[in-house]
Amino acid sequence: MSNATLNNEIVHSVNFLDKESLTIPMLKVMKADGTVYQDAVLPNIDETLAKRIYDTCVFTRVLDERMLGAQRQGRISFYMTCTGEEAAVIGSAAALDDKDVILAQYREHAALRYRGFTTEQFMNQMFSNEKDLGKGRQMPIHYGSADLCYHTVSSPLGTQIPQATGVGYSLKMNGQKNVAVCYFGEGAASEGDFHAGMNMAATLKSPTIFFCRNNGYAISTPAEEQFKGNGIASRGVGYGMHTIRVDGNDMLAVFAATQAARDFALENNAPVLIEAMSYRLGAHSSSDDPSGYRTKEEEDAWRDQDPVLRFKNWMLHKGWLTEAQDAEMYKQYREEVLAQVKVSEKIDVPALDEIIEDVYDTPTPALKKQLDELKTHIRKYPESYPKSSGRI
Amino acid sequence: MAQMNMLQAINDALAIAMKSDDKMLVFGEDVGHFGGVFRATSGLKEQFGSDRCFNTPLTEQGIAGFANGLAANGHTPVAEIQFADYIFPAFDQIVNESAKFRYRSGNEFNVGGLTFRSPYGGGIAGGHYHSQSPEAYFTQTPGLKVVIPRNPEQAKGLLLASIRDKNPVIFFEPKRLYRASVGEVPEGDYQHELGKADVVQKGTDITVLAWGAQMEIVENAAERAAKDGISCEIIDLRCLSPWDVETVAASVKKTGRLLINHEAPLTGGFAGEIAATIQQECFLHLESPISRVCGLDTPYPLIHEKEYMPDALKTYEAIKATMDY
Ligand SMILES: Cc1ncc(C[n+]2csc(CCOP(=O)(O)OP(=O)(O)O)c2C)c(N)n1
Repeated sequence: MSNATLNNEIVHSVNFLDKESLTIPMLKVMKADGTVYQDAVLPNIDETLAKRIYDTCVFTRVLDERMLGAQRQGRISFYMTCTGEEAAVIGSAAALDDKDVILAQYREHAALRYRGFTTEQFMNQMFSNEKDLGKGRQMPIHYGSADLCYHTVSSPLGTQIPQATGVGYSLKMNGQKNVAVCYFGEGAASEGDFHAGMNMAATLKSPTIFFCRNNGYAISTPAEEQFKGNGIASRGVGYGMHTIRVDGNDMLAVFAATQAARDFALENNAPVLIEAMSYRLGAHSSSDDPSGYRTKEEEDAWRDQDPVLRFKNWMLHKGWLTEAQDAEMYKQYREEVLAQVKVSEKIDVPALDEIIEDVYDTPTPALKKQLDELKTHIRKYPESYPKSSGRI
Repeated sequence: MAQMNMLQAINDALAIAMKSDDKMLVFGEDVGHFGGVFRATSGLKEQFGSDRCFNTPLTEQGIAGFANGLAANGHTPVAEIQFADYIFPAFDQIVNESAKFRYRSGNEFNVGGLTFRSPYGGGIAGGHYHSQSPEAYFTQTPGLKVVIPRNPEQAKGLLLASIRDKNPVIFFEPKRLYRASVGEVPEGDYQHELGKADVVQKGTDITVLAWGAQMEIVENAAERAAKDGISCEIIDLRCLSPWDVETVAASVKKTGRLLINHEAPLTGGFAGEIAATIQQECFLHLESPISRVCGLDTPYPLIHEKEYMPDALKTYEAIKATMDY
């Protein structure tokens, strides 16, 4: 579209547009009790797929509950949960191809699980042991796996957004029938990187799905202090991007939207923005106490919209799940997670030599010298560096 | 005098400055109602109103640019960057704009009233992105002052001076000391002069220089060295830009030796600048090469944090090696 075609209508009196000029509907398929709206267009989800989705829900709930507990016991230093946003994350992940490249923020471990990240791999990362794919260098929850096409999480917010645009463009250049998928929060959507990445994706025609988890808070900052427009979706429209808003606690709606977004992105080599309206049911992280900035009533109201319960109800209605099977799944995952905690926390930390690896493709002379000096020092004071001293 | 931890001292300084200057504003991510993720701004919104203490959207680049605009138009903004690791999205606004406002306009405009506060440094099991010490990136930028306090009493006096300084100041707060460092702090309004180092302990054999959270590390190392009969003169640089060449050079001329400790990586770190200057100022007085005990030239690792740190033992060893040279 050229500048010449931008003015659709000419008027002769001053009339401003405001955020109400743009109404953005929200896609909902399922009610809170798991029954579907009469006129809803159902996505095609068979029993096998539904079970895989629900299995990921249960695993994620258990992992979050147990690892938050492990953090409280001092077994790991830090944790962040996906609680309340499972439908947004799993519903979207389930609509993707395994080779679509995911660039996550940090609250999307359920998508990684959906792709097959094992309980053992999760735990090895959180305990920073020598089997951690990230070699113990980052805080717990900064997962990544090249095998599963899931970029390793970085803490600076928003940096993955323009990167996703680049990944999408690269997939297009390779002629690969895959998209890049970028998750971020409504808070991160304030960063300059968001605007840069969105604008580049639209103008350069990058097949990328931008998936905003609008969960109401960025740490303590509520959405109304984060943006004033019509959510994040209005920005997608502003950048000239196909955009949809969905009920982020509705597994079927998220799945349907993501599937359609993926088809559109591939057919048109164009980006799509999905805004999933949800709520961060838990604290921001294990270092945060939300009672300082929001009320119990507000949380409870959202608990009634629990996305996992809603999907479970749907599964029950379908006859694809029974209460007994459900209870058994929780029990088994609790045992599995606990057993894996006990194994992973006993595995050695990565060897000290790895501290200088991956800074460059090969360690520089300066790095080798620094490592040698460090080892000499540790040999002199082995009791002061117990994690490394036995292994150099 | 009152017992305060560093966060309380910073909070106290902000409240005093806001009281004495109604043009002063405090803002950043989560700093309003919540009082900041570390609680440095607790109560300021209640005391001074939400026009003067507020949350911003999550954009460091926006925060810094906004602060530049406020300051250029006569306000006294104190902007919080939640972690020093996240100051980089604001880098352009700080090094190209804050630092050069006065120079590029021939002082038609300046952002003299501007202060950035940001928690920095490691020792908190934070891995790559909650542990960096980025001071050297800013010391290479003319036009900025860089200040780092070592304890609550210093934090209050230096922060008040930074806010009232007529230049943009970056005030890095050692977060591992936020609650751990507790001490007597004068209740009233006072300032420590920027650009002046503080001789924390007199000594005769070697000058040991550091700043911020590393001060307690070098003090510990000096205590160990004292048991070996080595007398350390300990200096807290306090202000890295501009830095107090005179005090450091006078000390080194007396002791004949210098050790510099910082947490940031060795290569390109500020210790290199100090070593070069002191070598020139004190060449004929030096009895051994200037020693640097710094972080490794790697990103800040999580699991090997203890090994990575320029800790007291490494500093003690380097003191001995310098003495035995
Ligand atoms: C550039 C940058 N600034 C600040 C932070 C600190 N920080 C971590 S998470 C967070 C809030 C993020 O909120 P949102 O994007 O809405 O995601 P949510 O946590 O709600 O899932 C902040 C401010 C950071 N990690 N990176």
